[in-house]
Amino acid sequence: MNPNFVLFLALFPLVAFVFSLLIPSREEKFISYYSIFVLGVHLITTHLVSLLWLIGTEETIPYVGPLIYSTDNVDFYFSFMYDLITAMFSVVGSILAFLVLVYSRVYLHREKGYKRFFNTILLFYAGYMMVILSGNFEMLFAGWEILGISSFLLISFYRERYLPVKNAFKVFSIYRLGDVGFVLAAWLCHLLWHHNIQFTELTHLASEHISLISATLLGCLFLLSAAAKSAQFPFCSWLPRAMEGPTPSSAIFYGSLSIHMGVFILLRTRPMWQLSPYVPVLMFVGGIITALICNGTARVQSAIKSQIAYSSLTQIGLMFVELSLGLDFIALLHFAGNAFLRTYQLLVSPSIVSYLMREQAYSTFERNNFLERWFPRPLAKGLYVLCIKEWNGDYLLESLLWRPLKKAGNFLHIMLTPFGITTLLLVSAGLFTYMNMVKDSVDNVPHILSLLLAFFGLLMVLLSFSERTHARTAWTLIFANHVWITAAVSISDKLSWTEIMVYLSGATISWGAGTLLLMYLKTKEKALSLKAFQGHVYEHPKVAFWFLICSLGLSGFPITPTFIGEDVIFHHIHENQFGVALCAALSYIIDGLSIIRIYSRVFMGPHIKITHEVSNRSA
Amino acid sequence: MQQEKISNSLKETLHKLHHYLPSQGPLRDFIHHNTLHAFQNQPFHEGIQLCSQIFGSKVYLSFSEYQKMYKNGDITDAALEKTLKKRGNEQIQKNDLLRAEDNKIFTKRIGSIRSLWKEKYQLDIDHRTQPLLFRYLSSYLDQGVSHWWIPTVNDGFLKSMRDLDNNPFSSLFFCSRGRARKWLQDEHTSLENLLKILVGDESLFENYLFDQQFSHPGWSGIVSYIEHEPHSLLNSKKITLQEVVLFELLLEIDYLDHNLGINWKPLASFSPQKVDLFAPLVHDQTTLLMSIWQEAMEDSFYNSVLSTIQHSAQRSMRDDNANTLPKFQAFFCIDDREISLRHYLEQVEPEAETFGTPGFFGVEFYFRPDRSSQITKLCPAPITPKYLIRESNSRHSFKKDILFHHETHSFVGGWLISQTIGFWSAGKLFLNIFKPSLSPATATSLRHTDTASDLTIEHQAELDRNLQVGYTLQEMVERVYNTLMSVGLTHNFAEVIYLVGHGASSVNNPHYAAYDCGACSGRPGSVNARIFAYMANKANVREKLQERNIHIPSTTIFIGAIHDTTRDEIEFYDESRFSLENNPIHIKAKRAFLKALEKNAKERCRRFDIVPLSITPQTANEHTKQRSVSLFEPRPELNHATNALCIVGGRHLTKNVFLDRRAFLNSYDPHIDPQGEILTRILNAAVPVCGGINLEYYFSRVDNLKLGAGTKLPHNVVGLIAVANGADGDLRPGLPSQMIEIHDPLRLLLIVEHSPEVALAAVQRNPATYEWVKNSWVLYSCIDPKDLTVYVYCDGKMEKYNTSTDIFKINNIDQYVTSSRNNLKIGIFEDINHES
Repeated sequence: MNPNFVLFLALFPLVAFVFSLLIPSREEKFISYYSIFVLGVHLITTHLVSLLWLIGTEETIPYVGPLIYSTDNVDFYFSFMYDLITAMFSVVGSILAFLVLVYSRVYLHREKGYKRFFNTILLFYAGYMMVILSGNFEMLFAGWEILGISSFLLISFYRERYLPVKNAFKVFSIYRLGDVGFVLAAWLCHLLWHHNIQFTELTHLASEHISLISATLLGCLFLLSAAAKSAQFPFCSWLPRAMEGPTPSSAIFYGSLSIHMGVFILLRTRPMWQLSPYVPVLMFVGGIITALICNGTARVQSAIKSQIAYSSLTQIGLMFVELSLGLDFIALLHFAGNAFLRTYQLLVSPSIVSYLMREQAYSTFERNNFLERWFPRPLAKGLYVLCIKEWNGDYLLESLLWRPLKKAGNFLHIMLTPFGITTLLLVSAGLFTYMNMVKDSVDNVPHILSLLLAFFGLLMVLLSFSERTHARTAWTLIFANHVWITAAVSISDKLSWTEIMVYLSGATISWGAGTLLLMYLKTKEKALSLKAFQGHVYEHPKVAFWFLICSLGLSGFPITPTFIGEDVIFHHIHENQFGVALCAALSYIIDGLSIIRIYSRVFMGPHIKITHEVSNRSA
Repeated sequence: MQQEKISNSLKETLHKLHHYLPSQGPLRDFIHHNTLHAFQNQPFHEGIQLCSQIFGSKVYLSFSEYQKMYKNGDITDAALEKTLKKRGNEQIQKNDLLRAEDNKIFTKRIGSIRSLWKEKYQLDIDHRTQPLLFRYLSSYLDQGVSHWWIPTVNDGFLKSMRDLDNNPFSSLFFCSRGRARKWLQDEHTSLENLLKILVGDESLFENYLFDQQFSHPGWSGIVSYIEHEPHSLLNSKKITLQEVVLFELLLEIDYLDHNLGINWKPLASFSPQKVDLFAPLVHDQTTLLMSIWQEAMEDSFYNSVLSTIQHSAQRSMRDDNANTLPKFQAFFCIDDREISLRHYLEQVEPEAETFGTPGFFGVEFYFRPDRSSQITKLCPAPITPKYLIRESNSRHSFKKDILFHHETHSFVGGWLISQTIGFWSAGKLFLNIFKPSLSPATATSLRHTDTASDLTIEHQAELDRNLQVGYTLQEMVERVYNTLMSVGLTHNFAEVIYLVGHGASSVNNPHYAAYDCGACSGRPGSVNARIFAYMANKANVREKLQERNIHIPSTTIFIGAIHDTTRDEIEFYDESRFSLENNPIHIKAKRAFLKALEKNAKERCRRFDIVPLSITPQTANEHTKQRSVSLFEPRPELNHATNALCIVGGRHLTKNVFLDRRAFLNSYDPHIDPQGEILTRILNAAVPVCGGINLEYYFSRVDNLKLGAGTKLPHNVVGLIAVANGADGDLRPGLPSQMIEIHDPLRLLLIVEHSPEVALAAVQRNPATYEWVKNSWVLYSCIDPKDLTVYVYCDGKMEKYNTSTDIFKINNIDQYVTSSRNNLKIGIFEDINHES
């Protein structure tokens, strides 16, 4: 089978997405028929390829494309692959995406944002296919980021209301947390094997001996990333909150495709995490706990979509268990069945009212008192309350993760005034230049300095995250963070100017363009505070769109060289520089959060100029 | 259940809350009502403007929308100038209206006190307390979504929560050792004490409670509704607003304790200013301009309607010599969706005669379908029937669909099912998208009763559940008599007379009850039709009717039927029972119905963008059938959208008028009702029902985000009683945007065929009915049968109305209905004896 088929499958949706942006938004028919056509073509191709593959080789087919970027220790290949896992995921994904799009053509009729919906679904599909077909960590990560941003955009589809935007941000932050697990795992892989790994060589590499600690750490990072993406324990609570978009988007994302990505990651990286005996145990335990907790929660849910969400999570928990036991094929089948089932259930969920009303008219009402039968009363009540409160998942995540960040940021705010910041910047610039001059003569200085600079970078971004008054300040602080991290890394390991350019070019252009856009907006709107949602997309949709592009560029999304640059930067961090790695990783997460926070605060949410209908905050 | 005693002022506040909160009940019994009924005791414009000032909702269209209608000619210059003169003042010029801009900021009185939590303490209290409160409420009130029931005593919400929290493992609150938890267990915790802790100053209590409850009007509204109507839930639950307020205050205190420790100060310590929520209306220029536009829009439309009807009445008076016996007659519901079917039926069969009467046909009862244990009411909501009708020998049975069942959500069951049936659901999805068909998920009127089942219509001295089973002879005679008198059919009976009830079919539609017959409490009118037909066919009933001067010939047969308004399909009942299978008139009539239904479907399809305008009637009918079973169709039919009129009078007024499916038509003969007593009875039903429908559509249209339900796409069914957005959102009462998109917010105009004195007296007889007219929430007019002058109600009198002579004439209805997808002008059919 020709490897070019693999390339086509991977890139066709992306190209189709880019073209779909050009269709004028009034042309509902054109938009929907174009999208359905694109997905139809891809559906047929996917099935043909899988058929060919089954009949033919049934071996893994790699596609190794051009070398995008190369330095001494970094080789960034454009590579894809096709194997059984890919086949199953691509077949299921294409069928469901196609059916949901046909469904949406009529369902979304006359809805504001029709074009935006189809564009975003195409973007999601492109990201999904990229992940499924990726041949190395870099490609997978590119697709992963696309999935993250398209999820954010679809959850906040009703961007003029408060709750969708808030919940979209919440879900995005969990994704970002999962992403960092991935970034660190890729870094660790690079450290252990000294080159950019292709997935086709995973089994071969796994036979090389690495320390138990490294193997466990690697496995745990993959597990973290998978658990975050698939809403496993302790991240369960984000799934029902993601059901804020139109039902078809909830069905396709959280019913079927996006939510199973964790399963995919684990399937793909099995040779890696299998190296440590502890990881499968952790996976097993985590899966069981998830299944039990989510099963209980599902049974007490009185809102239909939340009920379906939690029962889907129960099954995914069981899939993790199956994976930990080595039952890959069963997990694949399980995935397919669960995806189809939940998509259908979500799409048909509003009919439950008339169906159950009719059923109750024809049968007697039976109280299901399972809890009271099997447990003593106090325990039954306690379990019930825990399940209703979703085992405090949402609250725990907020207080353990985001609250400390906000508190740190607030503390910094109180400490620093604009004057203080400028002084700090100047002093540090001086330090930097001086250190650069003496670094060859003193030994440990580079490492300590590196850590200091990285730490400063982290402080910048914490400040940005908690900035409440000036949008532009928050925006600039993020750019400052990129600079600091570059500085930190270049101190300890000589970065060539090309490498620095690659990393910072995208960021600089995005930052510059974004600043201009914000300045323009300020002239029109007088004030751009970050205290509450401003909702400016209502009057300035084009500005919002371009600012989104700039945001993506600044956060390292694969539309600028900064994406590659991030990878490069990481690969320059040595194995004994855990501090720097940690700062860089944290910066990376909080960067993304802060940027999306700026975007959503300025442009989304209920419009502050209430000259037209605005919904209630709780709506 | 014992409720704590509270002070009079708090009692007053709770009473006011109940009055102003949305009063929509559970989805099962969706009834259209005036969303702003709380303001109905005030004149329309003042009332809605006051609502806007208190709650911040929009109550008129925007200036740009009005100005666009003016440019289109939908608002005429004449109407604008007339309204300006009537309602404007010296400062306003026509130019002010034409150049007005939408830059007024909507302010609201509510919310300022409670927002101090965020301002002074930087705490977003709603963020944490509301999701919990909503979950507890929905678990308590759940009607069957969840698998495990709440394991507590079922004796009131507060008792239930108390019981639930009384466990050592986990608490409903944040602070498991906090004072809120203690106070919940203490039965003497009082509302006043909690408010003192949170607010401090007694004069701010009302402000605070209003701010709090209106931050989630959906949930508060449904709690308040269920408190007063506990039987609206199939699985009934006791709950009061007072309990919920108390519980919410405890949640708030708990949250504040958790974040600020115990020593936080109540809101009164920040000396906020008390807001007088119910202060009188503050007048301003912008709102006045909007109200002028609104009335101009209404008058433009009504002028054309009144003029056209007057013209039609003039013409048909000249042509009216209908002494010929009609071939068959048909009674339809007054529903606005039936008028086009009536027209096409009369067009296809010119010797047919149609009437309009509320779709319960005057028979009120509780119905128990075959194999069911529940009874449903099949008559208008305010009536409480004393009768029960049971069905037996039905061939229908309830078909299950495992994908709705709890097995799919369990551990092992879910595992098994997702590996097996899971794959099958892909097939189901594929089929439903490409070839939709009836399934257990569809709600359809055709399954309400079987075409040949048995009904216990005759009373045989049996009582069941304290209700009388069946009717006695006298009761039957009463009902048949009243209905025939009310439509004015007392002689000239055809050989076959149809009673056509109506219902709807849809899938994926939580608001399905809104589409069925409102006169049957949101259910199909099929059983009512069957019962009336049976009663009117009985020989001894007819004997008694003869004594009252109504002579039904022995050859006349009544037959019940149902018109499914979504599918445009008709089903006839008891055909064999009354030996109609071979009756030539019935066979011919059936054909006429089918043809009329196809044309009806075609007229309806012009509103559906996806359907081409040039479609044939047959294809249109196939499309409407498919629409009713398509999962992905959020607009199975358009229900009462565009409703604007209610005409009470003879058919000659409307037979040749194109009303674009915008009018409720109630047949009536003024000549047999000189004092207007039958008219009062009709108005007592028509005004609240049609007015309620009209105003619900009005308010859901002008502010779909606050007064309506928003778009139905993200809706999540909660507890089977309501819909909410997503998992954390408040309930959304009102109509979704898909139902009101094409609706023009015009107040209902009632046109009554009677002299102005009798018309006025008839509506004034019942103060409840008169309030609607007196305060102009519906507009009232009459056309005098003697000289055809039109009068309109204004300030307590019926004033002569100047109609225009510029009447729009329509030559060919088939062409006319395909000429546009928007509202079509009201006009008169040129050729009375046109071909079908």
